[in-house]
Amino acid sequence: MAVALILVLVALGSVVFHLVSPWWWTPIASNWHYIDNTIIITFWITGAVFVAVILFMAYCVYRFRHQAGRQAHYEPENKRLEWWLTIVTGVGVAAMLAPGLFVWQQFITVPDDATDIEIFGQQWQWSFRLPGPDGQLATSDTRLISPDNPLGLNRDDPNSQDDVVVEGGELHLPVNRPVKALLRSPDVLHNFYVPEFRAKMDLVPGQISYIWFTPTRTGTFEILCAELCGVGHPQMRGKVVVQEESEYQAWLQDQVSTSFARLTPGTKSETAMSD
Amino acid sequence: MVDVPLGSTGVVAAPDVEDVELYHPHSWVTKYVFSQDAKIIAIQYSFVALSVGLIALVLSWLMRLQLGFPGVFSFIDANAYYQFITMHGMMMVVYVLTALFLGGFGNYLIPLMIGARDMVFPYVNMLSFWIYLLAVLILVASFFVPGGPTGAGWTLYPPQAITTGTPGGQEWGIILMLVSLMVFIIGFTMGGLNYVVTVLQARARGMTLMRMPLTVWGIFTASFMALLAFPALFVGAVMMLFDRTLGTSFFMPAMVEMGQPLDRNGGSPLLFQHLFWFFGHPEVYIVALPAFGIVSDLISTHARRNIFGYRMMVWALLAIGALSFIVWAHHMYVSGMNPYFGFFFATTTLIIAVPTAIKVYNWILTLWRGDIHLTVPMLFALAFIVTFVNGGLTGLFLGNVVVDVPLSDTMFVVAHFHMVMGVAPILVIFGAIYHWYPKVTGRMLNDGLGKLHFWVTFLGAYAIFFPMHYLGLIGIPRRYHDIADMAFVPPSAHTLNAFITIVALIVGAAQLVFVFNLFWSLRYGRVAGGNPWRATTLEWQTPETPPPHGNWGKDLPVVYRWAYDYSVPGADQDFLPQNQPGLTRAIPEPGHG
Repeated sequence: MAVALILVLVALGSVVFHLVSPWWWTPIASNWHYIDNTIIITFWITGAVFVAVILFMAYCVYRFRHQAGRQAHYEPENKRLEWWLTIVTGVGVAAMLAPGLFVWQQFITVPDDATDIEIFGQQWQWSFRLPGPDGQLATSDTRLISPDNPLGLNRDDPNSQDDVVVEGGELHLPVNRPVKALLRSPDVLHNFYVPEFRAKMDLVPGQISYIWFTPTRTGTFEILCAELCGVGHPQMRGKVVVQEESEYQAWLQDQVSTSFARLTPGTKSETAMSD
Repeated sequence: MVDVPLGSTGVVAAPDVEDVELYHPHSWVTKYVFSQDAKIIAIQYSFVALSVGLIALVLSWLMRLQLGFPGVFSFIDANAYYQFITMHGMMMVVYVLTALFLGGFGNYLIPLMIGARDMVFPYVNMLSFWIYLLAVLILVASFFVPGGPTGAGWTLYPPQAITTGTPGGQEWGIILMLVSLMVFIIGFTMGGLNYVVTVLQARARGMTLMRMPLTVWGIFTASFMALLAFPALFVGAVMMLFDRTLGTSFFMPAMVEMGQPLDRNGGSPLLFQHLFWFFGHPEVYIVALPAFGIVSDLISTHARRNIFGYRMMVWALLAIGALSFIVWAHHMYVSGMNPYFGFFFATTTLIIAVPTAIKVYNWILTLWRGDIHLTVPMLFALAFIVTFVNGGLTGLFLGNVVVDVPLSDTMFVVAHFHMVMGVAPILVIFGAIYHWYPKVTGRMLNDGLGKLHFWVTFLGAYAIFFPMHYLGLIGIPRRYHDIADMAFVPPSAHTLNAFITIVALIVGAAQLVFVFNLFWSLRYGRVAGGNPWRATTLEWQTPETPPPHGNWGKDLPVVYRWAYDYSVPGADQDFLPQNQPGLTRAIPEPGHG
C-alpha cells in the first residue's frame, strides 16, 4: 500500500515539479522557436507515457500485492496485446521523429541571403571576423597564425583586405538578418553556444563547421563554450550584441576604420611583421 | 547416456560431450587467490568493482561539493574538478558497471544458471580477473603521478586530451588512462570469449536457448556486443597513445598550442569521436542488457508469475543489441560532422525505443495479475522501472537530432545518462545482490537495513537527477566547475545545486549501510537454505548452498522446462524448478507450443 502510494507520488510529483518549476529556458532570441515547440511536444508525449506507466505499475503493486490465497495468473504470451503495444509505440515514436527531422532539415539548410561571418575559438577566448563591404571572407590557414596574424588569414587572398577582425571582443549582429556562422578553431574542440539562440555547434580544428540563425531580438547575450577545452573552459565566454540595423552599421564602420588603421604601413604591427 | 523423455513435447537429447573432470585446486592460494572457479572469480571481480565504485562515489561527492558550494572548498580548483569528473565517469562506466555485470554476475550466474560445472576456459577466466585488477591498479596509480590523473573528461576527446591545457595532458595522466583501458580490454576479451562460448557450448541437457533465463540472455548478448565494441576503443587508445608519445597525427590536425605551432598535420579529431562512440554507445547497452535480464528474473520470481512475452523479450534484447551498433553518432549531432548524418542516426535511435518500450511493457504486464511480494529485490526492481522509464524517455529528447541541439552538452545530458545508465542499472545491481547473496553466502541480507538502504537510495537518486534536467533546460552547460557569473542563470538555480549536493551526500552515506549489511549478514544473517525465494532457475537447485567447486555434485542437472513456471495451474506449489520433470501444463510454454 505504502509502496503504491509512493510510486503515485513520484509520478504526480514529477508533473507538479515540471509545472511549477521556476527553472525553464531563457526567452528565445532567434528564429529557432521550432526547436522549442518540438521540445514542448516531446514533453507532452513523454510526460503522458511516464505518468501512465508509473500509475499502472502502482495500481498493479496495490491490486496484486501478496495476500493469503492469491495465485498469480499463468499466461506466457498474448500475441495480440504485444503487437498492439508495439504498433502504438511505433506510432508515438514516429509522431516525435517526423517533426524533429522536418526541423532538422531547416536547421541545416542555410538560406541564400545569409551573411557569412566567422567565429574563431581558441583556448580560451572568442574572436570574430566579419566580411567587410565585399561580403566575402578571405581564406585562412592555421599554419599562417602568428602574433601578427592571430586568425591565420591568407593575406594573398584579395578578400582579406576588408575583413574585419574582432579579437577577444564582442560580436555585433544586426537583428532579423540571417547569418551563417563559420566555426573555426586553431587548437582543440570548442562549442559555440548562445542559450538564447538555442543553436550550438562544435568548432573542430582541421575543418570548418557551421550553423545559421536569425537573431530576432535586440540585446546582449552570453556566448559560452559548451565543449570541454581544457582548464580554462568555464572562463571561455564572449558576448553577442544584437542591434538595430543603423546601430550595427555605425559599429561596423568603427571596426572597419580600426582594422584599416592596423594594416596601414608604418604602424606597430607592420614593424612586427617585418621582424 | 540415453535420451530423457520430456513430457508430451519430446525428449532431452543425450549430451554432445561427456562430463569432463575439472581442475581441482590443492592449496588455499589456488582455491581462493589464483582461483579458476568462476564463483570465486565472480566474488573477486565484484569486490574490486565495488571498491572502485566507492572511490568513484567519493569523487562524485567532491565534485558535488564544488557545484553546490562553489569556492568553499579551496582544494577543488578547475584542475582538480576536471580530474574528478573524468575519473568518476571512466571508473563507473568501465571499471564498475561493465566489470560488475559481466565479470561479477556473469561469472557467478552463467555456469550455475545453464547447469554447467564452470566456465569452459577456467584458466583464461582466472587471467581475465588478474588483468582486470592490473588495469584498475594502473588507473588508480594515476592519482599518485606528477600532474595527477587526466582531466580530459571521460570521453577523452583529442586534441584536448593530449595537450598542455588539460590536466595530465602532457604529463602521465592520459598515458596511464589509455594504457589502463588497453589492459582492461585485453582482460575483458578473455572473460567475454569465455562467457559467450560457455553459454553456447556448456548448457545442461534440455537447456535450449529459448529456455534460458533472461539473465543469461542479457549477459550473453552484452558479452557478445562488448567483444565487438571494445576493439574500437582499443584502436582509438593505441592511436591516441601514439599521438601522445610518438608524435603521430592520427587525431591531430595542423594546430597551435598556446600560440606556438605544433609539428602535426592532417589528423582528424572527429575520427576519434567515431571510434569512441562506436564503442561508447553499445557500451550503454552492455551495461543495460544484463540489467534488463536480471530485472526480468527478479520481477518474475518475486511476483510469482511467468515473465510476460518471453520470446518477445529475447528478440527485443537481440534487436537492441544489433541496433545499438548503428546509433553511435547521436552523441555527435553538434560535433561538426556532416549534418546529413543526423537524419540517419535520429531515425535509428528512435527505432531502438520500440524494442526498449516492449521490454518495459512486459515487465509491467508481468506484475499485472501477479502475486507481488514486496521483498527488497522486488523494491529495487520497481525502482529500476521508474528510473529507467524516466531516463529512457529523456533519451527521446536527446536522440531526436534537432531537440538535442539546445540540450546537448548541458546538465540535461548529465541528468539523462545518470538516470538511465547510472541509477537504473545500479538499482538492479543492488536488487541482484539482495537476491543472490543468500546463494553466495548461505545467509540472507538484513531486511530492515535493506529497506532503509532502498528508500534513501531510490528517492534520493530521483531527487538528485530529476531536477537536474531543468538546470540543463535553463542552458547551464555540463563540465563547468563554477556557474556563478552567468547572467542568464537565476539565483534559484544555485539553491537547487546546493539541494542536489546535500541529497547526494545523504545517498552516498546510505551506501555505507549497504556495505555494513554485506559484512554483518555474512556472520549474523538469517540462514537462507538452498532456495529462499522459491525460484525456478537452476542456481537455486544446487545440492549444496553455497555451491561447492563443480556446482552439481555427481550428476549434472537435466532441464525439462523454461525458467518461468511460476503459479502453473494444477501444480502443488507455485513454482516448478527447471530440472523438475513431469506435470503437464494447461498452456504450453512458448517455443514449444
